Amino acid sequence: MISERDVKHIAELADIGISGEELDEFTVQFNDILDYFDILDQVEAEATKETDLYNVFREDVVTPSLPQEEVLCNAGEKEDGFFRAPRVM
Amino acid sequence: MGRLHFSAPDPYHAFITRIPDAEYGEGRLSGEAVAVKDNISTRGIPTTCGSRILEGYIPPYDAHVVELLKADGAAIVGKTNMDEFGMGTTTENSAFGPTLNPADTGRVPGGSSGGSAAAVASGMVRMALGTDTGGSIRCPSAFCGIVGMKPTYGRISRYGLVAYANSLEQIGPMARNVSDISLLMEILTAHDPRDSTSINCPYCHKPDPDIHGLKIGVPEEYFGEGVDARVASTVWEAISLLERRGAEIITCRMPSMTYALAAYYVTCTSEASSNLARFDGVRYGPPAEPKKQWHDSFQERRREGFGKEVRRRIMLGTFALSSGYYGKYYAKAQTARQNVRNDFHRLFCEVDVLAGPTMPTIAFLLGEKSDPLSMYLSDILTVPANLAGVPAISVPCGTVDGMPAGLQIMGRWCGDEQVIDVAYAYEQGVSA
Repeated sequence: MISERDVKHIAELADIGISGEELDEFTVQFNDILDYFDILDQVEAEATKETDLYNVFREDVVTPSLPQEEVLCNAGEKEDGFFRAPRVM
Repeated sequence: MGRLHFSAPDPYHAFITRIPDAEYGEGRLSGEAVAVKDNISTRGIPTTCGSRILEGYIPPYDAHVVELLKADGAAIVGKTNMDEFGMGTTTENSAFGPTLNPADTGRVPGGSSGGSAAAVASGMVRMALGTDTGGSIRCPSAFCGIVGMKPTYGRISRYGLVAYANSLEQIGPMARNVSDISLLMEILTAHDPRDSTSINCPYCHKPDPDIHGLKIGVPEEYFGEGVDARVASTVWEAISLLERRGAEIITCRMPSMTYALAAYYVTCTSEASSNLARFDGVRYGPPAEPKKQWHDSFQERRREGFGKEVRRRIMLGTFALSSGYYGKYYAKAQTARQNVRNDFHRLFCEVDVLAGPTMPTIAFLLGEKSDPLSMYLSDILTVPANLAGVPAISVPCGTVDGMPAGLQIMGRWCGDEQVIDVAYAYEQGVSA
């Protein structure tokens, strides 16, 4: 069982923004869903590992990219060719 | 080369954005109206993902698949409605309102590519692109009575697709017949180094309806609990038709189905929690408040911009990955996923393709799936192909209560050609 306090904590971690009336609704739904996820406890720990995986690398070569104005064109706040973001501290 | 006038009425609300005067060029799709799901980037055309958080966003580049469609002459006539970021099985989770099923406007078209399915089924366009993370092409194709395919993972580049769950999702074709699916596969499977999961395996194939001696496995689990008996019997009739055309039917078991759905939802929500962190109001969408603290501004944007299902999945994924729960949920889900792959691998040593229903029921009534878990459960028959990365197609196979049902064919990794052949054999068998 997870509590409303847990859900509030997850919402904080995820920066999702949650209102008081939503807290109750989400908590009930999460408990239903997590109960269902408990079926994963039946999974045997050792499955055969994937063996045919390989990394895909490319040479570190400069290729053409979008011009700065186009990259910035969807930003609401910008200044001197930079994105302007809220302050972190 | 020309412009296509596209102003047909849209009574089912299939589109979010329409291009009334779409340019087209020369090629195999010259002048053909093609609709594109609204999570696929289109240069100069708004791309919303069915979300308010991308309001006003106009992509500065085309997705690889859009480049390929244009290079073959297609007229991109609009962007289709979808569950927000692909999160849903009904297209009701769109910030722009639901799409209606052309076969019965009291029912959902399925989702999340419901707009694309409705646009094709109603005849507004000949073909469309959808995306399939856990069934989002095949479900609406089955519910609306069209053909839809999730190709092998990596066969079509995801460059320019707005990511939701990278390890599961694929772009794929939707059309009214198997030949058009095959044509779109030929056009869309060009290798693309900009997507590191893109495999160099072009589809150069014409559908062949000869399935003599082909072994078709039918997993018992695909006709188990929760599958509507009328849908089951309609799909069995379709499988019998394939048998009459020379295929051998072999019943089999897929034990990993027990936990495939849980594995799918843990994986996709975990990936979503990371992917959707990019929507912070800084680079696109309604802007952040530079005067506020980062976390306050971020939370405000996301509370206003995301619908409930998106926020629910971001939170579930954050929880599944959080310290203390990672081993219980995410790690177990990955083991379960490997078991699903192993089941497919074992079965494909004995049979050539697997067949069953696409969806356990016909299209839901609007508003019927208000509880999230009951909606998730309806994806049980489509998620295994995504977990294993194998190709799967849904082809219309009759009706139940006047509503379409879909026959699903799943094939070996990179066996898209064989899956299409079996679907074609069925289609030809029905019209014969």
